[in-house]
Amino acid sequence: MSTASTAPRRRLPLTWLGLLPFVIFVTLFLVLPTMYIVIGAFQDRDGGFTLQNLRDLNTGTIPSSYWISIKISVASSALGCLIGFGMAAAVVFGAVPKTIKAPLMTFSGVASNFAGVPLAFAFLATFGPVGLVTLFLRNNFGIVLQRDLGFSILSFWGLTVTYLFFQIPLMILIITPALEGLRREWKEAAEVLGATTAQYWRMVAFPILFPSLLGTFALLFANAFGAVATAIALTGSALNIVPIQLFAQIRGDVLGNPNLGYAMAFGMIVVTAIANIVYIWLRIRAERWMK
Amino acid sequence: MSLWGRLTGWIVLIFGLTYFALPLLGLTEFSLKARRGVYSLDAYAKVIADPEFQATFGYSVMMALVTIVLGILIVVPTAFWVRLKMPWARPYVEFITLMPLVIPAIVIVFGYIRLYNTSSWLPMTGSIMGTNLLLAFGYTILALPYMYRAVDTGLRTIDVATLTEAAQSLGAGWVTILGRVILPNVIPAVLSGAFLTFAIVIGEFTLAALLDRPAFGPYLQRIGANKPYEPFALAVIAFGITWACMGLIQLVTRFSKHSKVAR
Repeated sequence: MSTASTAPRRRLPLTWLGLLPFVIFVTLFLVLPTMYIVIGAFQDRDGGFTLQNLRDLNTGTIPSSYWISIKISVASSALGCLIGFGMAAAVVFGAVPKTIKAPLMTFSGVASNFAGVPLAFAFLATFGPVGLVTLFLRNNFGIVLQRDLGFSILSFWGLTVTYLFFQIPLMILIITPALEGLRREWKEAAEVLGATTAQYWRMVAFPILFPSLLGTFALLFANAFGAVATAIALTGSALNIVPIQLFAQIRGDVLGNPNLGYAMAFGMIVVTAIANIVYIWLRIRAERWMK
Repeated sequence: MSLWGRLTGWIVLIFGLTYFALPLLGLTEFSLKARRGVYSLDAYAKVIADPEFQATFGYSVMMALVTIVLGILIVVPTAFWVRLKMPWARPYVEFITLMPLVIPAIVIVFGYIRLYNTSSWLPMTGSIMGTNLLLAFGYTILALPYMYRAVDTGLRTIDVATLTEAAQSLGAGWVTILGRVILPNVIPAVLSGAFLTFAIVIGEFTLAALLDRPAFGPYLQRIGANKPYEPFALAVIAFGITWACMGLIQLVTRFSKHSKVAR
């Protein structure tokens, strides 16, 4: 009798029940809220389908805020990639003692998480009107940052320089394993065939690293594009970037149209999603060489 | 390595390290300048005596702890179950856990405000307790990518199937298996996920500000606009906490390497 009662129970596929708590939680607090925004972007005030909200993104200050957000993200990711690559390469290829590597990686782990309000204060205290560097340059060299060099912390370049503080470490964290994956044999093989160092880099190392580099660039871009707290604490509402404008819209519907707010948020998802898809796709390509 | 290579390497590294050192130096120096002409800890004393600091900081610590518990309750059983019974589902679950890195936090909280407002089917923002809970759920989502990766990596180092079968043959139920067999075995991984969660939650601004909860991040931003030196002292404290959390992760990871018996 007992076999008769257990046999049909085995056939019932119940293993998925174990995932139920996770699925319910993620649905309620990640998927549904996001879907609500995405659907709202395509609805008018009465709930009918419309593309007008997306068209309205092209009005007022919205296009310029997207543009400046994208510019800051591109500038901070490009510089972050460049400097981070240089630092990682200096450590991995033995230009500087190897003992620096472990502390550098630990520090990168900390700094890549040190975004937000405290980071903004650190840069205000250093490059702000009465900051350490500002005063040092003025008292010792008579250089006024804003007047003579055209640099203000509350500007495009100010925000870019601040973002670099978490962009460079992120680059170091991601690119170091890729650099370590470059085999010594490849370099030796290139040398045996008569390649110069420049040729090895241009024709062997760079093509292998290229997907990693571009992929990390995309990740850094998404990282900068979604940063809210640093920008708000640093510039208040002085700089009109997308997250700040969306923040004001959520607080008090400054656009005067809730569905236009959804469209703005939807635009943010689209931009970061594209950047991340590029990252994941290139990462898969890069991993072919990293076994 | 050629002389040129070495030289370039040193220049790049020193340039980078100067860039990282300057803001930290500037921040620390500025936070000590509250008294005219001399360095003092006045700003720190004022900040720590501020009842609002104590309240908001306490609130954020509490939130971080709730988030860590929620994260463990959701991630450990899920990662365990996927490894044991549904390995085919791993890429999908992993993909979902990475979504919070794709969707900006400000968009997620925007959804919460509209979806769970007072006139909705689940009016969580209607009461203080409900909003607190919603904030904790939001933080759990933000921490999901880090927590899941940490726990999944931890599970990779142990033989989940054998441990489960051994426990089952001794008569253990699922709760016992998870709580007394699996969890103790992945505790270093769980801890490193927990410290990272703590570091994220303690200074988080966007969610707390938009859900209007009295957390440390919004407090920091608010006094940054009003007080001359105190915010910088607070920023130093916040950096210290982040640093301590990362240090603890390193420590736990190192500790776990030595805790295994050589086979």
